[in-house]
Parts: sequence; structure tokens; C-alpha cells
Amino acid sequence: MNEIVLEVNGLCKSFGGVLATDHLDLGVEQGSIHAVIGPNGAGKTTLINQLSGLLSSDDGKIQFNRSDITNLSAPARAKMGLARTFQITSVFGEFTALENVSLAVQAHDGHSFKFWHDARGDKFLTEPALEALTIVGLEERQSIKASLMSHGERRQLEIAMALATKPKMLLLDEPMAGMGPEESNRMVSILSQLKGKVTILLIEHDMGAVFSLADKITVLVYGGGIATGTPDQIRANPVVRSAYLGDEDLES
Amino acid sequence: MFDPNLLFEQLFNGLQLGLLLFLLAAGLTLVFGIMDMMNLAHGSLYMLGAYVAAQITLWTGSFLLGVAVSLPVILLLGVCLEAGLLRPLYARGHLDQVLATFGMILFFNEFVRLVWGPEGIEVPLPDFLKGNIIIFDIPLPNYRLVVIGVGLLVALMMYLLVTRTRTGMLIRAGASNRDMVQALGIDINRVFTLVFGIGAALAALAGALAGPILAVTIGMGENILIQVLVVIVIGGIGSIRGAFVGAMLIGIIDILGRSFLDTFFKLFLPVNAAETAGPAVASMLIYILMAAVLFFKPQGLFPAKTG
Amino acid sequence: MGNRAQIIIVGTIFVGLGLVPLFAELTQTPFYLDLARRMMILAIGALSLNLIMGYGGLISFGHAAYIGIGAYVVGICAEHELVSGFIQWPLAIIVSGLFAIIFGLISLRTRGVYFIMITLALAQMMYFLGVSLDRYGGDDGLPLIERSNFGAVVDITNNVTLYFIVLGALVLSLLFCKRLINSRFGMVLQGTRSNETRMKTIGFPTLRYQLTAFVIAGMMAGFAGALLANHTDFINPDMMHWTRSGDLIIMVLLGGMGSLAGPVVGALAFILLEELLSGVTEYWQLIFGPFLILVVLFARGGLLGFFANKEQRDE
Repeated sequence: MNEIVLEVNGLCKSFGGVLATDHLDLGVEQGSIHAVIGPNGAGKTTLINQLSGLLSSDDGKIQFNRSDITNLSAPARAKMGLARTFQITSVFGEFTALENVSLAVQAHDGHSFKFWHDARGDKFLTEPALEALTIVGLEERQSIKASLMSHGERRQLEIAMALATKPKMLLLDEPMAGMGPEESNRMVSILSQLKGKVTILLIEHDMGAVFSLADKITVLVYGGGIATGTPDQIRANPVVRSAYLGDEDLES
Repeated sequence: MFDPNLLFEQLFNGLQLGLLLFLLAAGLTLVFGIMDMMNLAHGSLYMLGAYVAAQITLWTGSFLLGVAVSLPVILLLGVCLEAGLLRPLYARGHLDQVLATFGMILFFNEFVRLVWGPEGIEVPLPDFLKGNIIIFDIPLPNYRLVVIGVGLLVALMMYLLVTRTRTGMLIRAGASNRDMVQALGIDINRVFTLVFGIGAALAALAGALAGPILAVTIGMGENILIQVLVVIVIGGIGSIRGAFVGAMLIGIIDILGRSFLDTFFKLFLPVNAAETAGPAVASMLIYILMAAVLFFKPQGLFPAKTG
Repeated sequence: MGNRAQIIIVGTIFVGLGLVPLFAELTQTPFYLDLARRMMILAIGALSLNLIMGYGGLISFGHAAYIGIGAYVVGICAEHELVSGFIQWPLAIIVSGLFAIIFGLISLRTRGVYFIMITLALAQMMYFLGVSLDRYGGDDGLPLIERSNFGAVVDITNNVTLYFIVLGALVLSLLFCKRLINSRFGMVLQGTRSNETRMKTIGFPTLRYQLTAFVIAGMMAGFAGALLANHTDFINPDMMHWTRSGDLIIMVLLGGMGSLAGPVVGALAFILLEELLSGVTEYWQLIFGPFLILVVLFARGGLLGFFANKEQRDE
């Protein structure tokens, strides 16, 4: 269980004069949850955009399952099994929850140059979609238009869409953003159930969730990784304490 | 084969067309870039500027007066249109803007037909601008020189405005990242009205100046609008510098192509083929150029947008 | 549900269209036959535009070019004594498709305002090409020497026969669009309009699907062009003028964007408006222009959407 699914070496990205990603090294083990934490502006979303292929890096290497994906397009990476969710919810508003997830299933079911058969009635799409919706607890809401769902439900929908692609790895960008305590707890239980089955890179601000879920934590400050270790190691790390976590937070 | 005199003369004409295109493109590229609005009615402002200037010239006998009056009139019209009809469209998508401004074109074309009839107006050249200057033994019409001069002057003024003044800085910021400008607490509506007003005035100037050279007719706006759009696409939306470079390119290439392409083709094609292909390709030349530029730079040569 | 109202309206329209030849015969006014036939051909064009615009979110301001291309293929073939419809019509479709591939590849690298302007410029280029081709009529246009010949199968030199062929074509086009929109391909198209970034991160290489839709729409419009050439017995560059593209966009809007049969309603409304208003005054665009602006500002979802909403409000 020690195989490295995602390996990042010396990743760099600048915007104008600002160094958003600073020679970052990262290694995510199979089946683990690896959290990335850091203050605002540390470059976390920029990192995920580079990992998922929406942003090209200036330097460095990204390897996924031993293949070099540094120059691969976003759709190609998705097809390889690298799925992501967005910090600002990004779903298909006019489609129902089921249609949203069915689309995700469809993306991994060969090509879509199929012009004749009704897609909404296609069991090969709707059954796996319903499975994914059930995992996140949205099966009752399958026929509701995404734009009419609550914020929390749409965050769950994002997870369902990512899961429906049967990914080898999930990149989660603040899945708990904007959620209340009950919804957050539900999300934590969903994610802990995935542990061991799916490899996860988790970006989060919710420290309670991070410390309870993560196998490993990397702390990102100004685009660079200042420490990587188990939750206990990070908690005890003096550099991290002074740069990011206040002493009070560590007691919880 | 290639008459150097003709070449020089056509180069000169290309320069003049280019500057005319620049006057139109400069205003429109800002509207596209800062306001993100598809304004097809820009050509109508040009047309109305031409008609108003022509009419005033016919009434008063003074071409200068015609130009001088049409500018504020069209400026006022433009500002009223912007505040009244176009403002609700900013939030809507491009499609709504396209359709609404298309409706305006229909209206203005018909309006002009109602008031001035379908024939168009002939604008007589003022006496003091008639005649030619001789350069290198080639007669160049004074009037076209004046147009070039005015165009270059406006280009210089735009350059100074955009790079040296606070207003200009605001315009550049707006073209680059509109949301940021709003976030800084600046009333974006005032900027929009200003930008639209500048565009309207430039369009009126272009129309008034074009009167004696091109025809003052219904639909003159649409004819030149397409070329202006090509200029903007090539130059890059939101960029005055791009508008200038693009306009020069298009003006010169279009004129030279129409004058010399069939001659050029005759070098290696049979006469019949050359005479068919020449005008056909010449009319497509600027679009081929556009496609070529887009192939390498989908955002144009000097795109302004960063956010 | 709003759907029911839509089906009733569209059904009524088609029944009405079926009866027009009878009506024209009884009242001895072939003009109505002509008008209705033109409306149906434009409706096919508008349906094809709706595919990429209403469902695909691509605002193409150059769609009329493909209608013109289809028409010119038929006209040019006839000029060269190739009068068999079995060759002309498929050729019209293929040639428009080829142009759509090229134009699509150029245009689809861009978005937003750029895309609109480029499609506009490319279409206008075709217009200028048509004008400069003196061999095929140039500015004056090209008369169609004889209508497409289908041998013993059907004789479209008869105006009523052609009418029903066009009606059949419209029904087929509508059915084709329905299947396409609800297929897997249609889902990708709609998803891309809704949220392109999301589509890419799920794993769809969106460009190839958009290009395909663009080409399908172009081919359908080319087909409409072949019909148009036979309808007017005359082919003219004006068919490709950018204002014709504007007309198509208006039809899609009037009918309601992204609704399946909306373009049919829109085409009907457009033709009726044009006829009505030009009967009132020579300067009818003085009224039509502001009317259009008002529709844009206040009648979201077009006429079909208006009726659908009304039903929902009444429930």
C-alpha cells in the first residue's frame, strides 16, 4: 500500500512577478487521504488547477501512476482516472442531479458520437449515476434541477460527479466550503468511507476535518511546501506552528 | 508590369482607408473590450455622422461646419442610446446585444431612407481642399492628405489619452479587468458612458470625413463595419494599439490587393483565370489574413484582456 | 405543463401548413403557397442554427452562408448540365459540410465576442465571393436553368409537389433534431454550453463535439439551400449576406431559444410580421427594428416560452 499514485517534483508557476507555486514536491500514496493546508493565498487552488490540467506549469514534473502527465490536457487526465471538484461549485445548473452525474458517467463510457438513442433513458448511464448519488446521499433528489438545490447539496453533487467517473484519484478543492456543521459531518463520513478505495488529495480549511481524515498533511505557504508529515508530526512541528497554526488551534 | 506611380498612389489610398478604419475601430474595440458588448450599431453612428455632416454642408455651404456639428450631435445620440437602450443589455448575453443592436440598424437604415430617400447624398468637396499636392511627381489629392492628417492626429491624441491621463489609465484597466475596476469602487457606468461617447464621436468624425470620398448612402455603415470587425479581431479586443496596427494592415492590404492582385496572378496564371480569380481573391484577402492571424494568435495581435 | 401548450401550437401549425395548398387553390392565390413554402425552408435553416446556438450556446452570425452555399451548388451544377437531384442535393450537403469544417476550425478557437465577429466576417467573405464570381451571375445572381430532376420518383417542377417535399423535409428535420438533442451527443453539446470547464475536467474533449455540431448544422442549412434554390428558381449572393444570418437568429429568438420546435414558430412569426408590416408601410423596418428590441428586452424565451410560462402560471 505504499505505491505513489501522484508524484509532483519541483513544480513552479508564476503569474507576472508573483510566484504562486514554488518548487513544490509532493507524493500521494495509494488509498490514502493526503491533505494540503495553508493560509489564504498560499496557492492551493493554483496547485489543483495545475494537477488537473487546467493550468500549465512553468517548470517541474507531474506523474500519475508512473506516467508523466505534465503536458497532458485536462480531458485526457480525466480519462486516466484523475477527477476533481471545484472550490466554487461548478455543476450543470439546467440539468437534474441525475443528468449531471450521468454526464460524468458518459464521459468515461467511450466516445459520445452517438446521435440516435435517448441518453436520459440509457440504463448504462443512469444506474451507475444513481449509485454515485446514493453514496453521497442524494438519491432522493435525483430529479431536482441542480440550480434549485441548496449549496450543500450541490457540493455533494460535485463529489458524486467525481465518483461517477470511477476515478483512481480525487482532487478535492475545499469540498466543505460554505457548509454548516451538519453538512460538514456528512461530508467527512462520505470521505472516510472512501479511504482505502480511492486515493484523495484534499485541500481544506476545516482543521477538524483535516486532522480526522488525513493520513498525511502538507503545509503550503507562499506556494512552497514547508512541511509534510502525519497529523501528529505536523501538529508538533514548530515551523508550522509559527507560520500557520496558532497554538490554540492545535489543542483541538 | 507594376507601375511604381500607381503603387505609391494606392499605398497612399491604403493609408487613408486604414486611418478611417482606425477611427471606427478605436472606439468599437474599447466598447467590446471594456463593456464586453457586441455593438453592431456602431456602423449606424458612422452613417448618421456622414448624413448629418453632409446635410449641414449642403445647407450652409461650409464643410467644416458640417463636420463640427455632426460630432456633438452624434455624440449626444450615442450617449442617449447607451443610457437608455444599451445599459439594460450589459447584464444580458451577447446574443441579446446582437439582436437589439441589429434592430437598431434596421431602424436607422429605414429612418435615413425616410428622411433622405434611397439615393444617398453627394457631398461636394470644399474649395480650399480641392486640388493635389505633387510628391515624387505624383499628384495626391489634398483632401486625402487631410484625412490622413486628421487620422494621425486622433491616433496621437488617443495614445496620449490612454497612456498619459488618469482617464486613460481607467480605460486601460477596464479593458484589462473590468471586475477589478468595479471592486476598486469606481462607478463603472460613468466609464462606460465615457467610452461609448468617445466611440460615437470618432464614428461621427469618420463618417463626416468619409462623405466626400466614399458614398454617403444607406448601408454604408454595415459595409465598413465588417472591415472594422476584422481589424478588431486582428488587433485584439480592447487594444487601441492593436486597432491602429490592424487598421493599417487591413487598409493597405485591401487597397493593394484590389489594385494589383489580378496583375500579380497574370504572372503565372492564364489571363482568363487571373481576371476571375483576381477580384474574387482580392475581396476575400482581408478575411484570409484574419484567419491566418487567428491561427497563430486566437486573441489577436495585442490582446488587452488579462482578467 | 408548458410542454402541452407547445405541442398543441406546433401541431396546429403543421396541420395548417398541410392545408395551405388547398387553401391557395380555392382562393386562387398561389402567393400563399409560395409564402408558406419559403417559411418552411427558412424554418429548416433556423432549426439547424438552433442546434448550435440554442443548444450549443454558439452564437453564429454567419449561418446563412451555408444556405447560400447549398443553393449555389445546385445552381452551378445546373449550369454545367448536372441536373440530377440525386447528385445535386447530397453534393450541396457535403460541400456545405466541408465549408463548415474549415470555418468551424477557424472560429471555434475563439469564444464570446470574437466568435460572433469571426463567423460574421467569414460569412460575408462568402457573400463577396459570390458577388465577384461573374461566371455564375455575380451581383445579379444566377437563374436556375431547371429544377432538380428526380426522374420517375417525383417531379418537383410542380409547385405543389415541391411544397409537400419541403413540408416532409421540415418534419424530418424536426425529428432529426429531436433525436440528436436527446442523444448522448446532444447531452455533450448542452453540457458544453452550460459549463465548458466542467465538461473538460470530467473528461470530454469539447472542441471536437462542438465542431461536429457546427458541421451538422452547416449541412442541414446546405440542404435548406438546395430547397431554396428550387423554390425561388434563382440563386443570388444576397442569400449569404450577413443580414440573412441576422434574420435566422431573430427567428430562433422569436420562437424561443433552446426549445425544439421554437424555430418553426419563429420562422412563421418572422414571415407573418414581414408580410403584415410591409403591407402597412413601405418603411416597415422602422417598426420591426424597435419591435425586435422590445422582444429582446421583455420577451425572454421568445413566443413559445411565453406560452409555456403562461401555462405554468395558470396552474
